[in-house]
Amino acid sequence: MSGSAAAAATAAIPSIPRDDDGPVFRAPWEAHAFAMALTLHERGVFTWPEWAAALASEIKRAQAAGDPDTGETYYLHWLATLEGLVARKGVASMDTLHRYRDAWDHAADRTPHGKPIELRDEDFG
Amino acid sequence: MSEHHHDHDHDHSELSETELRVRALETILTEKGYVEPAALDAIIQAYETKIGPHNGARVVAKAWTDPDFKKALLEDGSKAIGTLGHVSRVGDHLVVVENTPERHNMVVCTLCSCYPWEMLGLPPVWYKAAPYRSRAVKDPRGVLADFDVSLPKGMEIRVWDSTAETRFLVLPMRPAGTEGWSEEQLAELVTRDSMIGTGFPRTPGAPS
Repeated sequence: MSGSAAAAATAAIPSIPRDDDGPVFRAPWEAHAFAMALTLHERGVFTWPEWAAALASEIKRAQAAGDPDTGETYYLHWLATLEGLVARKGVASMDTLHRYRDAWDHAADRTPHGKPIELRDEDFG
Repeated sequence: MSEHHHDHDHDHSELSETELRVRALETILTEKGYVEPAALDAIIQAYETKIGPHNGARVVAKAWTDPDFKKALLEDGSKAIGTLGHVSRVGDHLVVVENTPERHNMVVCTLCSCYPWEMLGLPPVWYKAAPYRSRAVKDPRGVLADFDVSLPKGMEIRVWDSTAETRFLVLPMRPAGTEGWSEEQLAELVTRDSMIGTGFPRTPGAPS
């Protein structure tokens, strides 16, 4: 595991919820969002200062819109930052993100409970 | 991103709006070669195992061997677990409910899939699925039968419905034949399902 990468991230982004061993998550998707940012940083898509600035403005925007900012929404802001940077850096447009989101929704709807949800071509309407 | 309304009563899988967005990103980044699923999994697993079901198992094993801890745990789950130090954080209101010879407890979240993730690791798919969520309250014995769990006729079954604020953890009964066992040995017997109430701890000597 890239423990050093995680350590670099927590050092660069002081707001990341953590304990003595590193970041802590409230739900599996939060760990996924965290891991994606780590990976994109390693790929050179953005620097940590760049990420920190984008995350800060995302949080400010959310606060202005009435987010209580109690920490429970931290990774929601993280995810929005990820989407914003991915779009801004030309990795994938917001349109593409929406299209894949809808496809996953379709996949979930046609998958019986208990079966793993898999994305297929047919899910892209 | 637009809000999407889910019908909670249908017999299909559900992903929250946030989960959909996370999956969308992950798929795109993988397709474009930015992300190796295996590398991503390695990062995620490091945290999953850190907060997997063994945290819950250790809490249960301690309650089986330490009456004072058990008392504290049943009085205030979050507080008692906080004193152990090995769990980084539990939800604000974790309520521990004890199985007895008279009463079996079982946990569900009828609205979504609230789950003591910090104690039990990843929620199983069936826990998040509509059939379990809708049937557990109406027909707990039927649901338990699906899990090959049968209880004596007279035994009361209490179903606890989780909310975003209050989550539940079942304290199963200590298996017979474990007198003198250490906490570590006992923890090995505690299964995830036994802490949801859809299973029992392993019995000594049974294959794990």
